[in-house]
Amino acid sequence: MGRSGFERIGIHVPTISPVRCANIAQVAAAVTTRARKPRSHDTVSDYLLNEQQLEDMYYHMILARRLNERMLALNRQGRAPFVIAGAGQEAAQVGAAMALTKGVDYVAPYYRDLGMNLVLGMTPREAMLNLLGKRDDPNSHGRQMPSHWGNTARKVVTQSSVVTTQFLHAAGIGLAAKLRNDPIVVLTSCGEGSTAKGDFHEALNFAAIHKLPVIFFVENNGYAISESTEKEMPVPHVADRGRGYGLRGQVVDGMDAIAVYQTVKPAADQARRGGGPFLIEAKCYRLWPHSSDDDDSRYRPKSELEEWAKKDPIKVFRERVVSDSIFPPEDLDEIEQRVDQEVRDAAQWALMQPDPEPEDALGFVYKELG
Amino acid sequence: MAETTVIEAIRSTLEEEMALDDRIFLIGEDVEAGGVFRATDGLSKKFPGRVIDSPLAESGIVGISIGAAHYGLRPIAEIQFADFIHSAFDQLCSEASRWCYRTSGDAHLPMVVRTPWGGGVHGGQHHSQSIEAYYAHMPGIKVVAPSFPADYRSLLKAAIADPNPVLFLEHKRTYRLIKQDLAENRGEARIGKARVTRTGSDLTIVAYGLMLHESLAAAEALASEGIECTVVDLLTLNPLDHETLLEAAKATGKVLIVYEDTLTGGFGAELAAIIAEHAFEYLDAPVRRLAGPDIPSMPYHHAMEDFFMPNREKIAEAARSLAAY
Repeated sequence: MGRSGFERIGIHVPTISPVRCANIAQVAAAVTTRARKPRSHDTVSDYLLNEQQLEDMYYHMILARRLNERMLALNRQGRAPFVIAGAGQEAAQVGAAMALTKGVDYVAPYYRDLGMNLVLGMTPREAMLNLLGKRDDPNSHGRQMPSHWGNTARKVVTQSSVVTTQFLHAAGIGLAAKLRNDPIVVLTSCGEGSTAKGDFHEALNFAAIHKLPVIFFVENNGYAISESTEKEMPVPHVADRGRGYGLRGQVVDGMDAIAVYQTVKPAADQARRGGGPFLIEAKCYRLWPHSSDDDDSRYRPKSELEEWAKKDPIKVFRERVVSDSIFPPEDLDEIEQRVDQEVRDAAQWALMQPDPEPEDALGFVYKELG
Repeated sequence: MAETTVIEAIRSTLEEEMALDDRIFLIGEDVEAGGVFRATDGLSKKFPGRVIDSPLAESGIVGISIGAAHYGLRPIAEIQFADFIHSAFDQLCSEASRWCYRTSGDAHLPMVVRTPWGGGVHGGQHHSQSIEAYYAHMPGIKVVAPSFPADYRSLLKAAIADPNPVLFLEHKRTYRLIKQDLAENRGEARIGKARVTRTGSDLTIVAYGLMLHESLAAAEALASEGIECTVVDLLTLNPLDHETLLEAAKATGKVLIVYEDTLTGGFGAELAAIIAEHAFEYLDAPVRRLAGPDIPSMPYHHAMEDFFMPNREKIAEAARSLAAY
C-alpha cells in the first residue's frame, strides 16, 4: 500500500506498533485510550483494524464476490451444475472470520460462507475445485454439493445441506473445549430462516446452561429462498431470542465489515475467557437469487433489490475507506485487478483438474480402526 | 464367581473405561443421578464433571456428542428410551453416519449412543419399540445388539474404542433378567461377528436381544422333542456377519428368523433376503420370519403386549412346523 491514510490527513502515527483505524472519528480517542488503559481490559482500541487488516478485509470481500460471479458464469456456460452464493453477505462473513484466530478457533459455517472460508485459508483454486466437485477438493472430494465446507486442519467443521444441525456440533465442540480447558472459541453460522429449526433452540439452550465458548452468528439476509422474514418469525430480530435462553444477543449492521469485526471480536475474546455464548445477528441482504436454479423475480420486488444494492457491502466499504483517505482508489483498483487475475487462474486451473473415479464413491464409509 | 446382570456389566464397563481414558464423558437425561435404569450409577461422583445431565432434547444429545467427538473426545450418549431417539434421527442419519464419508476420512466420529430398546416391560407404545431397522439402514453407523452380559461388556469396550459412531442397543427387559458369570469363556465378542450359541442339525434360529434368550429356551424345549436347533446370536446388525449367517443356513437348510419389531421392513427382512440370495440352493424350506404384527407399536395392556411379542412358545411352534416342512 502507499502512504498511510492517517499520515495523509495529518494524524501522528507512532513508529512502533502503529494504530491505524478505519473510523477516523475514533482515531484520536483510540490512541490516547491505548496509552492509558491496561491490555487486559477490552477497550475500543483493541478492536481497531490496522491498514493491513483493512486491506485483507477488502481483498477477501472482493475475492468472494468475484469468485461467485465467475462460478455463476461457469454455471451458465454449462460447466458447473449448481452455484449457491453469498453475494451481499461478504461483509458479515469476512468481518466475523477476521475476528477469530485462524487454525485455532473452530468454525461451523453454512453454505453461503465462501467469504468466511477464504479468510480461514481456502484458496481461490480450492473454491473452484469445490464448485466443480473435483477429486482434490479438500472439502469433500466431490461427495457433496458445492459450498458444503469442511477442512479439519483449518478447523472448519464439515456441514450437510440440512440447515442448523451445525449449531449443535458447535455446542459440542464448545463443551469439549471447556472440558479440556482449551481457550478457544467456536463460531457457527446460519441464515435467519434456519433459526426456526429445533436444533437452533437446543443448541442455544445447552450452550447457555453450560456457558460454552460459542458464537452463534446469524446472517439475516432477509430471505429463506422465497420466504421473507415475516413468514419465518414473528419478532423483528433473531438476536432478541437470546434473552429467552439467557445468553446475550446483539444486532449488528451486516453490510459493514468493520462493525461486524468490532462486534464479533470482543464477543469471541470474552467467550474464550469463559464469558459464555453470544447470539449475534448480522443484518444483511441476499443480493442474488437463492441459487443458480432460483428465479427471485417471482417473489422479490425489483425496487427492494435496487434499494439494497445501494448498500452493497463491498461498495460501502470502498467508499468509506476512500472518503476517510485510508486508501487511494487506485490502491483498491490494484487489489481488484489482482483478484480478477487470481479468479481467472483458479477457474482455468480447476477445470483441468482430475475428476473422481466412479469407484471412489465406495471409500471412507468407516474410519479404519487403529 | 458371582453372576453379573446385563445392567451391572454395562455400568462396570463404563466405570472401567472412564478410569482408563479421560476423553470419555457421558451425556444424557438423568445420567448424573444414575439414569432411570441405573446404568450410570455412582459415575458422576467418581468422575466429577464427566457425567453431564442434558436437557430433554435428543437431537441435542446426539448433535452435541457429534461436536465433541469431532473435537477428539469420546462421548457416550444415553438416549433414555430408544423410542425417543427419532428426534435425533436427522443428526444420526444426515450427520453422524456421513461425517467420515463426506470428508473422505478427513474427519471421523468416535462416539457411542447407548439406548434401551425392546418390549416386555409394560412400556406401551413409546417405551417398548424396536428401532434397529431404521438405524441399521444407515451405512456409516455401526449397530450393536448384544444378548449376554459378557458380550455387553466386550462390545461396549469395542464400541468405545471404535473410531466410528456406534449405536449400542440394550434390551431393557434383559437388564436384570439375564445373568452370567463373566469368567465363563465364550470367546471375546467383536463388532461385526455373530456367534453360534447352540448347534443342531434340523434348523437354524437367528435372533438378537431378548429374542435370543427366548430362542435358546425354545431350542431347549424342542431338543426334548428330538428337534435339534442351531441358534445364531447376531450381536452386531451393522456391519452384519454374512458368513456366520449363511454357514448356519446352509448347514441346516431351514431358517427361522425371530425379531421383536413389526414384521414388514423389519431387520429380519434383510436377513431373509440375504439367505434367499446367497443360500437358495441349500434351502429345504422357505425362510420363515416370526415377528410382531404390523400395527403401529406395542400396546400397553399385558394381554395385547403378550399377543404382540414373540416368545419361547411361539418360537417353538414356528420351529416345529418348519422342521416338519
